[in-house]
Amino acid sequence: MSKNSLFIGLLCFAISSSWFSGANAASQRLILTGSSTVAPLVGEIARQYESMHPGVRIDVQTGGSSRGINDTRNGVADIGMVSRALKPTEKDLQAFAIALDGISMIVHANNPITALSKQQIADIFTGKIINWKTVGGVDARITVVNKAEGRSTLELFLQYFQLRNSQIKPHIIIGDNPQGIKTITGNPHAIGYVSIGAAEYETKRGAPIRLLALDGIDASIENLHTGVFPLSRPLNLVTAKIPRGLTQSFIIFARSQQVRPLVKAQYFVPVRVD
Amino acid sequence: MLIDTLTRWLLRAGAIVSALVMLLILAFLLIESWPVLDQITPTRFFTDTSWHPMEGAYNLMPMLSGTLLASVGALLLAIPLGIASALFIVFYAPIYFALPYKRLIELLAGIPSVVFGFWGLTTLVPLINQLHPPGASLLAAILVLTLMILPTITLTAYAALNAVPKEYLHGAAALGLSRWGMIYGVVFPAARSGIVAGIILAAGRAIGETMAVLMVAGNVVQHPEGLFDPIRTLAANIALEMAYAMGDHRAVLFVSGLLLMLLVMLLSAMAGKMENNQYA
Repeated sequence: MSKNSLFIGLLCFAISSSWFSGANAASQRLILTGSSTVAPLVGEIARQYESMHPGVRIDVQTGGSSRGINDTRNGVADIGMVSRALKPTEKDLQAFAIALDGISMIVHANNPITALSKQQIADIFTGKIINWKTVGGVDARITVVNKAEGRSTLELFLQYFQLRNSQIKPHIIIGDNPQGIKTITGNPHAIGYVSIGAAEYETKRGAPIRLLALDGIDASIENLHTGVFPLSRPLNLVTAKIPRGLTQSFIIFARSQQVRPLVKAQYFVPVRVD
Repeated sequence: MLIDTLTRWLLRAGAIVSALVMLLILAFLLIESWPVLDQITPTRFFTDTSWHPMEGAYNLMPMLSGTLLASVGALLLAIPLGIASALFIVFYAPIYFALPYKRLIELLAGIPSVVFGFWGLTTLVPLINQLHPPGASLLAAILVLTLMILPTITLTAYAALNAVPKEYLHGAAALGLSRWGMIYGVVFPAARSGIVAGIILAAGRAIGETMAVLMVAGNVVQHPEGLFDPIRTLAANIALEMAYAMGDHRAVLFVSGLLLMLLVMLLSAMAGKMENNQYA
């Protein structure tokens, strides 16, 4: 009995001492709040940053881009995560893009269509156009491939085409980008959309899909960088003041070459920092 | 004596842990779905116009019907096929053929579900698409599920048929029954509970199967009007949306988990009732 209690006492001591030493070391703390699109990427970046700087603890919380803006203004968060460009009324904040999010409409490579207008795509997805013949293709029914609720690509798609998800008449709903590309490669009359990063990666590996030009502009990572491709948005970190110290160090790290694999793994496009 | 006591306590501990895990899962599901259950009346899961959780519409019924239709369809195909294969192995196939055939079925049971899903997505769905677009459909889900539960039914039915005492067979032969007469009149009644248990097991697997169905069913939330319409199952719904769901959306996904759990509980209760009837 006494042996047991001694052991438990030792165990408690060991746990508490490690707890305290942990608390002492983690004196530096960084809080980020905001967009749920940016949060998974920032979470990965934060984990890598923490492993390189053992004394730092980074807390990533979601709650939407507007929460990121508010928390940064109020000083609740050190850095806000915002999945869009800053509005004119938000110019009091400093924005640092860590990645670009762009989506491309894709069809099967055997589909003769190479470009569609914004209106045509909206009509196809809402079920007003149901045959490829209407937009100059072959006489076949269009299979509309949509994304599952909650995905950032869906959100960006709906926002750009000014649609609500309940207006879309899908035939297939997919989860992640690879599943979407597999679905399109198996169906010559399907149309869907995926992250540009994922689509370019798969076409380079020979997947029989075509990225459609949108309103005359080719969907490519190049056009995403130059900002001419319309169906895209920057993923920003924002701060209230010019960042210093830990905040500055983290933002520089989040925009560095080192995190590019993490950015690409989330199917975002890395930014070019000069 | 000591060993008896020890074994008794070990077994009790094991039983308590298994029961506790089950209760904990149920409690966890309830806690996670509470934010939504507390806020809205449960009838909305039946009466809302559609499933668009981001727009506050939470109708789960199309997914319940999708789950049931896919499972029942798969069972309708797999039960006769499975029992026929088991009969073939035990009573009809020559020994040099029966053994490799059984190994093959065992192999089929070991294939991971994602492989079935991948095959379905790249081969089966395009094939059905040529027949009737969009290809991803209730039919594709039924066919993939059939392949997945067929070995379960075959192997349990095989075990049950094999466990029928040889004396029964000898008795039947002595009475001059034909082979089919023996199977129908003697073997089936004796092996019934084992075969039914296998079917219940297979039904549970069909209802809960996620990845393979997610890849081939099309996942559109609707009551299907035919075999070629896409459906979404409750399990696929969770897998599809959980990764990016927050707040109420997340909670309502746990409600679909709860519904799935109730479905499986109902199934096992049914199985229990059937067993009771047999011995009554």
